[in-house]
Amino acid sequence: MKMSGSRALIESLKKEGVKVIFGIPGGAIMPVYDVLYDEKEIRHILMRHEQCAAHAADGYARAVRGPGVCMATSGPGATNLVTGIANAYMDSSPVIAITGQVATHLIGRDAFQETDIIGITTPITKYNYQVRRVEDIPRIVKEAFYIASTGRPGPVLIDVPRDMQTSVADVDFNVKIDIRGYKPNIEPHPLQVKKAVDILVSSERPIILAGGGVHWSKAYGELLTLAELLMAPVATTFMGKGVIPENHPLALGCIGMHGRIEANKSIMAADAILAVGVRFSDRSTGKVDEFCHDAKIIHIDIDPSEIRKNVPVHLPIVADAKIALKAIIDEMIHRGFKREKSEWIKRIEMLKKECEDSEPSKEITAVNAIKLLRKVLPENAIVATEVGQNQMWASLHFRVLKTGTFISSGGLGTMGFGFPASLGAKVAMPDVPVVDIAGDGSFLMTEQDLATSVVEDIPVIVMILNNSSLGMVAQWQRFFFGRRYSHTDLKGVPDFAKLAEAFGARGVRVNSLNELEQVLREAVKSDVTVVIDVPIPREEDVLPIVPPGKSLKDMIC
Amino acid sequence: MGEYILAAIVEHKPGVLHKVSNMFRKRNFNIESITVGACETGDIARMTITVQGDEATVEQVVKQLQKLVDVIKVSRLEPSRSVVRELALVKVYTADSKAKSDVVNYATIFRGRIVDVSRDSMIIEITGSPTKIDAFVELVKSYGIKEFARTGVVAMSRGLKSLKVEE
Repeated sequence: MKMSGSRALIESLKKEGVKVIFGIPGGAIMPVYDVLYDEKEIRHILMRHEQCAAHAADGYARAVRGPGVCMATSGPGATNLVTGIANAYMDSSPVIAITGQVATHLIGRDAFQETDIIGITTPITKYNYQVRRVEDIPRIVKEAFYIASTGRPGPVLIDVPRDMQTSVADVDFNVKIDIRGYKPNIEPHPLQVKKAVDILVSSERPIILAGGGVHWSKAYGELLTLAELLMAPVATTFMGKGVIPENHPLALGCIGMHGRIEANKSIMAADAILAVGVRFSDRSTGKVDEFCHDAKIIHIDIDPSEIRKNVPVHLPIVADAKIALKAIIDEMIHRGFKREKSEWIKRIEMLKKECEDSEPSKEITAVNAIKLLRKVLPENAIVATEVGQNQMWASLHFRVLKTGTFISSGGLGTMGFGFPASLGAKVAMPDVPVVDIAGDGSFLMTEQDLATSVVEDIPVIVMILNNSSLGMVAQWQRFFFGRRYSHTDLKGVPDFAKLAEAFGARGVRVNSLNELEQVLREAVKSDVTVVIDVPIPREEDVLPIVPPGKSLKDMIC
Repeated sequence: MGEYILAAIVEHKPGVLHKVSNMFRKRNFNIESITVGACETGDIARMTITVQGDEATVEQVVKQLQKLVDVIKVSRLEPSRSVVRELALVKVYTADSKAKSDVVNYATIFRGRIVDVSRDSMIIEITGSPTKIDAFVELVKSYGIKEFARTGVVAMSRGLKSLKVEE
């Protein structure tokens, strides 16, 4: 079929089931936007910053656990995507980024708005393409979606020079793809599965450590079944938060630098660890030489390079989390193994009881606000966070009750991620309340997309825990730098309520928990974005904390 | 710490060398040498990469290479069970006749070839293991090396076993 490259691109995206694109037009992508002008099947959401387009696509991808698409022009448009792409890469999110590029004959001439986005994004994408023939577009798009969403997911960038958008060619959409250098292994080795079961059934103090991989493979059911068969408590990494409802008796919460006490203590006491879909990041393990060296570690991951990258393991299983967990369950059932309540579980229950949060006071603090939020929100609400104290308070105190409803920037730790990600999630799940738990520092990094939320009718709730500080840095200054608050005071600017109102959103500053509760109840039903400014004590700390470079045993509570 | 030789079959298309070398840089691995050339079929190329490191590092290097979409196959070559060759061109200062005859003699012993002679210099082409080349360089150093270029190693396992892409 004869058509332009732009038309071929959009048709290819439709064939991949794309319903939404988050983007901003510009010179080098205008022919594609001209096709989008009367496109009916794809909703284009005009963002106000390309970084937000990438984060929104990422938030969308995490909400649906499938690809999310963003689009930008060449040069600054493309470089503005970079933080968002890096963020998606670190958290294995299948973001498809499409960038315009100067015409082929201008590439390498330092043309206006030219940038080597292929070079720039090579270390932060799973793969990237530059279109060199219009006829290749259907294959490239198909491969891009396949690579992004299979194996260990990750972002893929497609760079489209302007002449590739305008040139007309005979385009065939019946493409079969066969990428000989990319064959993810999803089936576990049967012998490894047997060995894993040997370790698990002979262990006295087994624990499951579940990470983001469980989200991406949607292995929620299998995880729960296995935990109950094995009577193993489930700790998660930060990326794994919400792979198990956190009110489940076996759920321990997150391990790590700001992990919950019961989770850190339990994992350090375990004699066998079934780690699934985790990468043993430094934030999770603490000092790696002292991380569970007496325990037998079984490591399930779809990415072979994660095995023994950070932590030595006794038994690697390279496979999809869902399929591997299913195989382990089947083998345990085959052996007729089911553990009843053990000493270990009694110990865990005791520990959990000791660590139970005390009744919230009436004071307006971050922790109380987060607990109140949980009380007000329905179970299926999606919560995104910014990065810093707000995020760690959310990790510690916001109990996720429905799997897969917690979205946060783990690996890159991108301040400003939460708000645009919440917009992306809301677009994916319009019937579910979506909240961004924010800090005043983070929110100011991407706040301009309040315009997007108002104009494009994407109502979310932004709950700003406002300590007028770059709070996490300030906390570290308090703990480790002798209270020398170097450049962390934000001086109470801006007035967030007025800022929100200026965009046409609703903005409220609350002065008590009662007021917060009332505003939250209204906000859940609001058809416009509500920004709630919650003043919290300036020196409220995130606790516990494992000081950087220390073992999980050295928690300060 | 040891030296390891890896052979990788990769897609023969623009940007692949960048993707491979970028991975080494971002993961903080050291490349001792890297050579690239087209294979028997035109759409694939073979890279021979020499890396320094311990066993765990090399295991990671191999996995990270395999993870690259454009890398089709990676294999570790055991030096004892492989043919390892490098080519070097050495331009030696040979102003007097003694120097000339000495260098020609050394070249003969090392099975090198004199590929260029001028009034005051010679270029010797020498092929062999990297240590053989090092030894030759050490020997002629005293005459004055004007210029030196070496290719980096190419290597292949001995016997019928081969690193091929399955059809």
